[in-house]
Amino acid sequence: MPERPKRPKEPFFWTLFSAGGVVSAFLLPVHLFLFVLAFPLGWLEPPAHDTLAQLARHPLARLYLFLLCSLPLFHWAHRFRYTLYDGLQIKHLNEMINVFCYGGAIIGTGVAAYLLW
Amino acid sequence: MATEIVRLEVARYSPEHDATPSFQSFDVPLRKDWVVLDALNYIKDKLDGSLAYRWSCRMGICGSCGMMVNGEPKLTCAAFLTDYAPGPIRIEPLRYFPVVRDLVIEMTDFLRKLHDVKPWIIRDAEKPLAEGEYLQTPAQLDAYKQFSMCINCMLCYAACPVYGLDPLFSGPAAIALAQRYNMDSRDQGAIERLHILSQHEGIWGCTFVGECTRVCPKHVDPAGAIQQYKLTAALEWFKSVLLPRGQQ
Amino acid sequence: MSSAPRYTEHHPRWYRERVSTYWWLWRWNYLKFVLREISSVFIAWFVLVTLLQFRALSSGAQAYAQFQEWLRSPGILLLHLIGFAFVLFHTATWFGLAPAALVVRLGGKRVPAALIVASNYAAWLAVSAVIAWLVLRGRA
Repeated sequence: MPERPKRPKEPFFWTLFSAGGVVSAFLLPVHLFLFVLAFPLGWLEPPAHDTLAQLARHPLARLYLFLLCSLPLFHWAHRFRYTLYDGLQIKHLNEMINVFCYGGAIIGTGVAAYLLW
Repeated sequence: MATEIVRLEVARYSPEHDATPSFQSFDVPLRKDWVVLDALNYIKDKLDGSLAYRWSCRMGICGSCGMMVNGEPKLTCAAFLTDYAPGPIRIEPLRYFPVVRDLVIEMTDFLRKLHDVKPWIIRDAEKPLAEGEYLQTPAQLDAYKQFSMCINCMLCYAACPVYGLDPLFSGPAAIALAQRYNMDSRDQGAIERLHILSQHEGIWGCTFVGECTRVCPKHVDPAGAIQQYKLTAALEWFKSVLLPRGQQ
Repeated sequence: MSSAPRYTEHHPRWYRERVSTYWWLWRWNYLKFVLREISSVFIAWFVLVTLLQFRALSSGAQAYAQFQEWLRSPGILLLHLIGFAFVLFHTATWFGLAPAALVVRLGGKRVPAALIVASNYAAWLAVSAVIAWLVLRGRA
């Protein structure tokens, strides 16, 4: 029986990338349409500050916001890493790139967890 | 009766004389039933016998005559001159491969990567002859048939920027052929291939540009094969994390 | 240019073309691909905006109103309109590529790609409607 090779790391990051891609595709458009376009521009009457704050305090809303903020960051991390490898051809800097991308996503997730707790 | 002419700009490279390739123009009759391969054969027969290029079946099944036609990877036996009229038509060797001479490329890298994925039926133990043949239902055949249509023409490699940039990437055809065997009900080598492909770059360099599927003359859909394989590899990874023993 | 034959010991000197840094500009399909990948940068930016917006929301009505003002500033608005277009581009390309990765077989036959794409859009509309309703229903 040949010796088992060590477990690769890539499948895990690709899974995070996919999950982030799904969350970004399904949840980001409506969220952004409301909070970044419609409400500031007055296309739709925004909810009052109190109502919104109360809605955001709900545990499910916090979970939704956490997923909305964390997973898309890992989607960006993986995709941007490969864009730097292939677009700028700087794959020899891969350790720095990995730390910047996944580190950035981890920091962002940490900030989200801190704010939303 | 004047014959219509189309100009071909053909890449020439001779290691004896040249440091870099250059282009040579040839005027070829524009016959409505001619493909680019016919034009190249005309050039070699009548205009310049020193032109070097590969071809064989001239009917889109051997995979020998792949070249860049106006920047697109194409089988020259399937590219009609009239589709490119009035021209000029630019003919270059397949992209992302080293050029040996003129339109001939060095394909050892592809052949090695293909060999590495073990594109054959792997069995734990061979079935004795007396037990008869392996039976397969039409549905089981359907599961891998599309990926078995690959003719190893390497057009997908010429279309894939990751292959051009990353020497560790296995490339579309190799992975599609690995999937062809993984999905074959007679095969038991999926885990063995996974260990080879999931390490280092293998499949993970693929960023799903999708050009490989677009240029494939046999509609193999290597991009689809690769994404399906990534999903399988990810599931296997989670299984190996959550159930560490109980694996082969 | 004529010089001594360029032969190494076992084979002639191959010509290897270096891939240009601007390879992605030379074909339209490559450019579309890179734009799709760039959409992830806007996604990361919007996550940052969302976190800042939540912090402003938690800090009180005035902080939130100030944040809304910032969102209305012309430079930010323009950036966000462009960014929103990129996010929609991500959604469209993600759904378009889904059938390649998700092979669904029902009764032995493969579900057609168009159906998988349509299902994704339908689910997207449903989820968006639910979220919009949850956010908008509290208004007086």
